[in-house]
Amino acid sequence: MSQMREKLENTNEVVFTSEFPALDGGGMAKVEKNAARLAPWFVGVNATDNPAAHAHASNTASAIAMKMHGIEPIMQIVCRDKNRLAIQADMMGAALHGIDNISLLTGDDVTAGDEPESRRVFDIDSTQAINIARIITTGKYLSGRKIDPAPDFYISAVENPAAPPFDYRIERALKKYRAGAKYLQLQICYHSDRLEKFCAGVAKIAPDLKLIPTIVLVKSAKPMSFMHDKVPGIDIPQDILNRVSSAADQAEEAYKLTVELAKHAMTLPSVRGLHVTDFRHDDSLERFMYDLGQKPRN
Amino acid sequence: MLKKLLPFVEHVLKKPVWDCRMCGQCVLHSTGMTCPMTCPKTLRNGPCGGVRENGNCEVIPDMQCVWLKAYDRKVYLPLPTVWKDHFNELRPPVDMRLQGSSSWINLVTKRDQQTPAGWSTTDESH
Repeated sequence: MSQMREKLENTNEVVFTSEFPALDGGGMAKVEKNAARLAPWFVGVNATDNPAAHAHASNTASAIAMKMHGIEPIMQIVCRDKNRLAIQADMMGAALHGIDNISLLTGDDVTAGDEPESRRVFDIDSTQAINIARIITTGKYLSGRKIDPAPDFYISAVENPAAPPFDYRIERALKKYRAGAKYLQLQICYHSDRLEKFCAGVAKIAPDLKLIPTIVLVKSAKPMSFMHDKVPGIDIPQDILNRVSSAADQAEEAYKLTVELAKHAMTLPSVRGLHVTDFRHDDSLERFMYDLGQKPRN
Repeated sequence: MLKKLLPFVEHVLKKPVWDCRMCGQCVLHSTGMTCPMTCPKTLRNGPCGGVRENGNCEVIPDMQCVWLKAYDRKVYLPLPTVWKDHFNELRPPVDMRLQGSSSWINLVTKRDQQTPAGWSTTDESH
């Protein structure tokens, strides 16, 4: 039974999710180390699928490894690298290993990665992929071929509340909900006004769709500038960048800002939790979770 | 004969206006008269999350996002209401077998409405 489903559908608990570091080597020892760090705090952890268009251990293999180490995976599938056959194979592979949480994404373009000469696939888009995951839960492949028993996926997706066209993002959230997504993890957003508008809009037209905004822990203005300059779809207002870059103690100021953003996000309609990520080697996770009133899970 | 001639005529007419990619299953009417196949990710159901602050494409930074254009046109162009209503419908995956064929023929024969046997949407009005 998916704890993500249980917590989001049958309780009012705030649900925290995170991202498992991409795996490039180090075997299960590395998985174990990361699992120990994340397990006390998170109901579900994303098993990424070649994030930022860089090759790593596969989404399915990573999700299985996480599950073996007591982490509930939210297995991402992106549309960039696989056609509809391979995407359905990913879904069925997940089901085979008892992985119920499936998250469907468009995926960064190949030009964002370190092998920009690759062929981009995009045979289907994320909304079609969500719908196909839903179809599979009804006991058939896209072709109509029967699956018995049908997998019991708890389907999710992502959305960017802060990228243009802003009004359409809300309608697109509804479209993903209708296709089968039960909750959306949201892209990093430093524009509180845009996040407010998005959440209010979604609460109005898709009241059952749950939202999980993303909060990123950073230690200085440098990673913030990196996101602002290098990651399409993320924009950080200048006054927020200045606030951190001009502070005597950048790490402390960045931390305070992050807690403010997190507390604000948690007050918004339809928000049921937070997705917490960090820029590697950040040691403020525990402090952050305690400051949000959380205690380690058993 | 018609099967050979029509794709040529269609391409000649639609390429300069919409940068038509001859997918053979035209949805222009429901996408603000903007061809979704010109999106570098060929997304048929809305923009990705990589749209830049200035509204330009993640992949081609000096090009406006195709879906930003589509949405603006849907809002501002005097298109029939039924076309505008179709903007948010869930468009099915592209049938790759129709690539290069005439969408006009496929429209008349309803070939462009054929979807895989398992395809269904929850929104029955579409």
